[in-house]
Amino acid sequence: MPNAAPTLRLEGVAKSFGAVAALRSGTLVVQPGTIHALVGENGAGKSTLVKIVGGVHRRDAGVVELDGEPVDFSGPAEAKAAGVAVIHQEPASFPDLTVTENIFLGREPLGSLRRIDRRAMRAGARDLFRELGVDLDPDRPAEGLSIADQQIVEIAKAISLDARLLVMDEPTAALSAVEVRRLFAVARGLRDAGRAVVFISHRLDEVADLCDTVTVMRDGEHVSTDAVTDVTPDELVRRMVGRDVAELYPKVPSTPGEVVLRVEGLESTGTFHDVSFDVRAGEIVGLAGLVGAGRSEIARAVFGVDRYDAGRVVVGGRVLRPGDPAAAIAAGLALVPEDRRLQGLVTESSVGRNVSSVSRRRLARLGILLPDAEARLARDWSGRLEVKAGALDAPATTMSGGNQQKVVLAKWLATGPTVLIVDEPTRGIDVGTKAEVHRLLSSLAAEGLAVLMISSELPEVLGMADRVLVVREGRIVAELDRAEATPEAVMSAATPGATPGATPGATPGATEGAA
Amino acid sequence: MTNVLRRREAGIALALLIVIGVTTAVQPGFLLSTGGWRDLLLTPAILVVLAVGQAVVVITRNVDLSVGSVLGLTAYLTGRLFLEAPDLPIVVVTLAAVVTGTLLGLVNGAIVAFARVPALVITLGTLYVYRGVTLTWAGSDRIDAGDMPRTFLGLGTRQVLGIPVLTIVAAVVLAAVGYYMYTSRGGRQLYAIGSDPDAAALQGLPVRRRLLGAFALGGALAGLAGVMFAARYGTVSSGAGTGMELQVVGAVVVGGVAIFGGSGTVAGAALGAMLLLTINRALPVVGIPDFWQRAVVGALIIGAIALDRVLANRRARRLAAERDTGPTDGADGRPGDGADGRPGDSEDVTA
Repeated sequence: MPNAAPTLRLEGVAKSFGAVAALRSGTLVVQPGTIHALVGENGAGKSTLVKIVGGVHRRDAGVVELDGEPVDFSGPAEAKAAGVAVIHQEPASFPDLTVTENIFLGREPLGSLRRIDRRAMRAGARDLFRELGVDLDPDRPAEGLSIADQQIVEIAKAISLDARLLVMDEPTAALSAVEVRRLFAVARGLRDAGRAVVFISHRLDEVADLCDTVTVMRDGEHVSTDAVTDVTPDELVRRMVGRDVAELYPKVPSTPGEVVLRVEGLESTGTFHDVSFDVRAGEIVGLAGLVGAGRSEIARAVFGVDRYDAGRVVVGGRVLRPGDPAAAIAAGLALVPEDRRLQGLVTESSVGRNVSSVSRRRLARLGILLPDAEARLARDWSGRLEVKAGALDAPATTMSGGNQQKVVLAKWLATGPTVLIVDEPTRGIDVGTKAEVHRLLSSLAAEGLAVLMISSELPEVLGMADRVLVVREGRIVAELDRAEATPEAVMSAATPGATPGATPGATPGATEGAA
Repeated sequence: MTNVLRRREAGIALALLIVIGVTTAVQPGFLLSTGGWRDLLLTPAILVVLAVGQAVVVITRNVDLSVGSVLGLTAYLTGRLFLEAPDLPIVVVTLAAVVTGTLLGLVNGAIVAFARVPALVITLGTLYVYRGVTLTWAGSDRIDAGDMPRTFLGLGTRQVLGIPVLTIVAAVVLAAVGYYMYTSRGGRQLYAIGSDPDAAALQGLPVRRRLLGAFALGGALAGLAGVMFAARYGTVSSGAGTGMELQVVGAVVVGGVAIFGGSGTVAGAALGAMLLLTINRALPVVGIPDFWQRAVVGALIIGAIALDRVLANRRARRLAAERDTGPTDGADGRPGDGADGRPGDSEDVTA
């Protein structure tokens, strides 16, 4: 393709959400007739970049060009019309419509009188499924489809758009090896037809197998772009994680005490398997792994929000009743959930109410909640955590993300837990508050609290944890001491196929050979 | 899916036939007299038109509680136009009422689509506002049969080939809207929006435009229903149509339109309207006391929602079971679960 303009060119694209810069300087050049891999850690800005290309978000700055023409999409419809098909990370299907209707929604083949030609539409769906080599009933409702099948519907939709640029954000995470191979065949077919494909994946073996070019992103910025044949997977991992783990992580050394949380053989069909670990008093244990590896699910099961099929959870020597969060709280567990707006806060309620919400029973005398006690509790904890709120009776919605997170922390610390589970404690909050949260966790551990920390940000795990457990596809595959836990060690344990030789049988191809 | 829904509509139709059959057995005149036949078809006509409009709104996961007030306002407008300008053609008056209804519907739709406030709250507000307009305008006046042309009032009772004109109007409305909902892109998008509003936005569907359209249609049909109300009853006071919104929502729910949007048909809603009103008329005939008549209608609505729940649960279970067993063929060499095999292998090495 000599002299042809690249199908997609991004330069210096930036996007912030509030105070958080999700993308600082996105740069990506995709030539027609190539498959371009985009890799990076969670939070590196890949999905934000994809959403800008797909018209979901609008960029704050930078250049986006399609075939040399500058574009600025105001919505997904415009991007689609310009020939950009995007398969987002979370498939968005319409449960009440049939699979066929989902694929062709908004561009159904029309017959006479502009009525939908259902026969042609169904035939089209059948053709797409044949091309993808899957066996899906085009007339069944999308409701109840597995994630993999939903993903296939999304892929079929994207292919049928006949777009000049196809962007796939982690399309293979849920697919079986056979489905992955067929998807790759389709992607190669598109490449050979002169289309451009952007492929995002954590599986570096797939990147090596499928792609021509690879771009690495980190912290919302472009790191490097190379031909796939010029870089080794290990080099890619190094570029994805390599950075300064500076004073952001003020870890205070502490001496671990007794085991306060013991998880034995926890099992949940289809989610996680044979999960066993201990957390001792005064210790911060990091739970690392890729998104979707099952870390949050393990935490929820330990806390009793979700049920599990086998195994047990022991807190302070007592076995917890499964599926009973109230018992878990009484036993001294606290869980600061992943999504503070949805699961952690009553956003319309006041700061004070939020802080005291779990401790109500303790504060009440004869069943009546004493306002003074509530206010005192809220004041104490808000002060200790330096919550910056106008007043304790201000609604939680009016605060920044960082302060909201502090309120959620205060709420759980007010229950006087012995084990604190934090899921993504600093997601979406600014750097300054991040450091404050880290300092707090560190000092709490020094006082003897056992902390189990889930984080997708590798530096956070490495900077804060005394011990790191790496979860991959629902299993704990590695346990690393603070000294052993290098970015490379964690990433290669978390990523299937990152380090050749270390994990034989970890690639889809190898599994199939064995099967 | 269409099969299940068809069955649902067939079920309501069957219930309707049973009600008619039983009542006719008790008192043959309920069906087998000229008056009985006419009432059977004529009574539900207005509610059917309203239910068709409401169904479209509910399918988008919204609701329009202001339709009773819109009906009242347009019914009064109809009478008032005839009073002020007796020579106006009926078509013009009808058009004026429909346009007014459309505008009132657009107000609802605009607030819901742009301000993103729940329709339940907005239309509860406009229910009072629109009624207030009628009250202010009409005061204690009322339009009587004498104020309207005979030909117009004749439409309320006239029959063509044994079928009342208003029933024909309702049938045409039902056919046209039903055809649109099933065969057009726009119609399918209304279902998609109700099924998952966030996904609809992510797909780039024109969500706002469709919502505006749905509320405008609901308003237009309420306007048409206002004209039909004036023709049918001959007197219009400022309280015309009060409480009808709840009857309509009841009819739509009984007709199998899911209150959370995304599924159901306008035909089902129309059948639901017929069933509700026919039961209303049948219960006194078979000698059921006043109190129980209302209770029966209530039980019907609760029963319909319970049935929806049961059917949805059953379907979800069936689909989940299908997912576990997987498709029957075509999975050549699928390595077990795929995801399960891999980490198992590698664990032996790392551990």
